[in-house]
Amino acid sequence: MAEKKREMAVVASQEQLADGIFSMWIQTEAAKTAKPGQFISMYTNDAAKLLPRPISICEIDAVEERLRVVYRVTGEHTGTEEFSKLVEGDTIPIIGPLGNGFPLEKAEGKSVFLMGGGIGVPPILELAKQIRCEKTQIVVGYRDEQTFLKEQFEENGKVYISTEDGSAGTKGNVMDAIREQGLKADIIYACGPTPMLRAIKAFAEENGITCYLSLEERMACGIGACLACVCQSKEKDHHSNVHNKRICKDGPVFLSTEVEI
Amino acid sequence: MDMKVNIAGVEWNNPVTVASGTFGSGAEFAEYVDLNRLGAVTTKGVANIPWTGNPTPRVAEVYGGMMNAVGLQNPGIDLFCERDIPFLRQYDTKIIVNVCGKSVEDYCEVVERLAGEDVDLLEINISCPNVKEGGIAFGQQPKAAEEITRAVKKYAKQPIIMKLSPNVTSIAEMAKAVEAGGADAVSLINTLTGMKIDIDRKSFVLANKTGGVSGPAIHPIAVRMVYEAANAVSVPIIGMGGIADASDAIEMILAGASAVSVGTANFFNPAVTMKIVDGIEAYMNKHHFETVKEMTGFVK
Repeated sequence: MAEKKREMAVVASQEQLADGIFSMWIQTEAAKTAKPGQFISMYTNDAAKLLPRPISICEIDAVEERLRVVYRVTGEHTGTEEFSKLVEGDTIPIIGPLGNGFPLEKAEGKSVFLMGGGIGVPPILELAKQIRCEKTQIVVGYRDEQTFLKEQFEENGKVYISTEDGSAGTKGNVMDAIREQGLKADIIYACGPTPMLRAIKAFAEENGITCYLSLEERMACGIGACLACVCQSKEKDHHSNVHNKRICKDGPVFLSTEVEI
Repeated sequence: MDMKVNIAGVEWNNPVTVASGTFGSGAEFAEYVDLNRLGAVTTKGVANIPWTGNPTPRVAEVYGGMMNAVGLQNPGIDLFCERDIPFLRQYDTKIIVNVCGKSVEDYCEVVERLAGEDVDLLEINISCPNVKEGGIAFGQQPKAAEEITRAVKKYAKQPIIMKLSPNVTSIAEMAKAVEAGGADAVSLINTLTGMKIDIDRKSFVLANKTGGVSGPAIHPIAVRMVYEAANAVSVPIIGMGGIADASDAIEMILAGASAVSVGTANFFNPAVTMKIVDGIEAYMNKHHFETVKEMTGFVK
């Protein structure tokens, strides 16, 4: 029987964090069961834009039943631009939480890299808050000195920053920050653009480090039925019976060695 | 008032099914929808062997709709029979298996295999624009469509629905051709071939360059084609194309459809089909239609 549904979440607050980067807290039942690394499908109120926007969860307040999403406005007249104009009390249709989330338990007693790049930075925050490990090293990459969420990261671990233009932290990307600082870890959790994830995957495999990657692809249904958001898998997947896994349903978090990116 | 419909000898509890490819085999949607309340579940296309599908990106949003080039990724008929049919059989709904292939032999192999399975209807996809061979190659020439219909009918134990493409000069000619070939029903429309270009990256949005356009934007085209097909053939028509609410579905029935499929709207709201079933019932009550059959083709 049907037990999940599209619900009307209520906007609790909205603020702009950086150029094109917005932060919104929403009141939703999804907060009760959400885990770090999961996402929600957010729908516009514009009937001409009918596909859900998959947005990662940045923070979870299970007690108050609120979720925080931090997202990038991708352009004029886009769904994300519509979201950025919502104010306290407005409603927004959502489905979630969706996807598998990061396996927190694998970090116990270990030295950890939590790595985020660009709009892959936000889901690292709730992960940093919940992870229990020996040493939390948060390595986050930005375009420039607008290092959104940095202060909150600092409350949850040792933070290393990289920026593309060198205006803060290491000039370059998150891998450059790790090399410059000579950092070491036993396990990696990462979310960000594919080139970054590809570099992290290679680094992890060269050094024999367990690595979990949160992937992204264009989605239609968000619940595992339409087969739009597949990634290539190393082994034949039991569900698809081919070398494809569904990012929305089987992921978005995968062990780096099980996917080809 | 009776919501039941009879499609090629198979009685559905109501006239609402889902469009192939938008609903998997129902397992993922079962968390959001009571599958017992669907007249039928139409599965994603299945071939004789597993297909990997196209590279990503496979989907894009367009104004009032979307475009897809998934490329009929499917697990193959063996796993489908072992896993998906028993899953759907738990529910009080009819099972329509959508069949795809690259050659006449491929289609016939799947149809023959399904002859021994507990499924209710087969829908033959001769209209997918996203695979290079097969698919639409059979769906754009009346002669080829008629021949493949005749070929699969030789192996079929269940009634055959031929799924037609809108990417043709005359939908009426295509409907007549498959009827002549022995089709027990027709379903239409599949997606319209489209293209979207990312002007900043100066490249195609879909890896496949072209994709099938679906969603509310194509609904008026679908209504027109259902009307034309209904006036050309006597077999039942399953109408689809951009149905997003009950009024869209009712329009399709008044134009000549005996049943309707809901596709892209499942992505906007996974439980949309339930609202459509309720909405059709409310409309029948309000407008004093006793049966869906009375509504079918009411607008001449």
